[in-house]
Amino acid sequence: MSSILNQFPFTEKKDTRSGFGAALTKLGETNPKVVALTADLAGSLKMNEFAKQFPDRFYQIGIAEANMMGIAAGMTIGGLIPFTGTFANFSTGRVYDQIRQSIAYSQKNVKICASHAGLTLGEDGATHQILEDIGMMRMLPNMTVICPADYNETYAATLAIAEHDGPVYLRFGRPSWPVFMDQTRFPFVLGKANVLVEGSDVTIIATGHMVWKAIEAAEILRERGVHAEVINIHTIKPLDEEAVLASVQKTGCVVTAEEHNMFGGLGEAVARVLSLNYPAPQEFIAVNDTFGESGTPTELLTKYGLDTPQMVAAAETAVRRKTTK
Amino acid sequence: MEINQLQDICNQVRRDIVRMVHGVQSGHPGGSLGCTEFLVSLYFNRLRHRAPIFSMDGLGEDLFFLSNGHISPVFYSVLARSGYFEEAELASFRKINSRLQGHPTTAEHLPGVRIASGSLGQGLSVGIGAALAKKQNGDPYLVYTLHGDGELQEGQIWEAVMYAAANQVDNLIATVDWNGQQIDGSTKEVCDLGNLPAKFQAFGWEVVHVEQGNSVEAILNGLEDCVSKTGQGKPVVLLLNTIMGHGVDFMMGSHAWHGIAPNDEQLASALAQNPETLEDY
Repeated sequence: MSSILNQFPFTEKKDTRSGFGAALTKLGETNPKVVALTADLAGSLKMNEFAKQFPDRFYQIGIAEANMMGIAAGMTIGGLIPFTGTFANFSTGRVYDQIRQSIAYSQKNVKICASHAGLTLGEDGATHQILEDIGMMRMLPNMTVICPADYNETYAATLAIAEHDGPVYLRFGRPSWPVFMDQTRFPFVLGKANVLVEGSDVTIIATGHMVWKAIEAAEILRERGVHAEVINIHTIKPLDEEAVLASVQKTGCVVTAEEHNMFGGLGEAVARVLSLNYPAPQEFIAVNDTFGESGTPTELLTKYGLDTPQMVAAAETAVRRKTTK
Repeated sequence: MEINQLQDICNQVRRDIVRMVHGVQSGHPGGSLGCTEFLVSLYFNRLRHRAPIFSMDGLGEDLFFLSNGHISPVFYSVLARSGYFEEAELASFRKINSRLQGHPTTAEHLPGVRIASGSLGQGLSVGIGAALAKKQNGDPYLVYTLHGDGELQEGQIWEAVMYAAANQVDNLIATVDWNGQQIDGSTKEVCDLGNLPAKFQAFGWEVVHVEQGNSVEAILNGLEDCVSKTGQGKPVVLLLNTIMGHGVDFMMGSHAWHGIAPNDEQLASALAQNPETLEDY
């Protein structure tokens, strides 16, 4: 076993949505203000245990996401903390105006919890594989945007956002994924990036499922003599600009990695920070402004350029650009 | 409060509306005037609220949500005349750095406003959420909402109508300003609403229909009827036939005054028809 992967041992794979479901049940026990709403996707969002244990605080809205967002906004007026659960597609694009007016502009304490984001949704195909949601939600004033990397981090993030006063978009997914974010070593603190691997040649800034791919890429790069620093950005907004700048000032170049369109997401958020403060070569691991398609998560990540080998290549390109610019 | 006192307040609110809209040459006088009697009756006679004290959570008081936010002039006037803020602030309507935005918002922290509205169709869902929170909190007070009739063309309204009946949200009274007019013409021409009482009944709502929607007395009776129907497993809708532009003869009954401001001459005529009863701001 090699050195970097050894630092992130994992014995199991779990879906991030299950981290959300488990934490929601925990919140049911610890915070009587927390209520849960779903639009006919309680099973997919792993909310059934909450519904079973706290039936009086669980609201089945039916297939009516716009109504769900409005109801959630109204519930905050009585001091409740509503967590809405549906697919990322139906949590954002379908209800953008409801979120914009009734939640973000109205400054309502609603937690928009969104599963099945990105390509790794898999076989359902492009209608459900939203790749624009981070961009849409980032653009809303007052909105916090979080995309955790694994089960543990999703669990911790779900608990944390209940304590945060204000609207939050929490993005997670469907596939089984390595569970590697040890919360004692890398605790989830809203708005604080976690440097997982230290390096001096290139910074890889990743979010969500791409964080594990970044660790794999760093391993391969190390074998080739390139020392990559890996940063897990779970909070995309507000972005931990200090962490980004501190790392890139050290390494001189950056690769951003996200399961999202190359427009509007983490990559552009990082590019803005760098262009204002410390211009540096940047490569983007993201979907090339296209819709997805049906396939397995692995097939899709490979076909759309989001797998480990492409991340390694992007890092090598970024390093080259430091000297050829 | 006596009916003649309420009518006096209505006169003053109508003056406020046309002066506000004239003052900035912008805003929506038609629907505002048509809902004057309703909002005055609600705020000064029926709503159990703690004006001038305002708390966002609204625990232990009735709540009102304006879903058709473009009739903000009447809402602001009634809030000010209820004591939520100084009447003088009405002069800042739609102007830069004002708390009285074109459409109501919580962003400027204007007392009396609990949700932003303007993009139509969202207020019924918000009202349902607030009503569910009241049930969750063991708070026996009621939630009122107001909607334009054209607003019922929005699909979200019917999501909310279906949900409220299916889930016995019976601490909610939604009112529809049924004036038959919208921006592009009559509702019949634009997209006919059909038989509204039958539609709400079919969805499982209690329906109260007031045909004299600009009569304070008829409105009070209708509201009393609505309140008596709460707490019995069904949401309640008050269908209120109003006249757009009511109280200003040249604005009455026409969609033309949905969203335009009177000129100086028209303002003088409107004010002459509505004598000052309280003090002008």
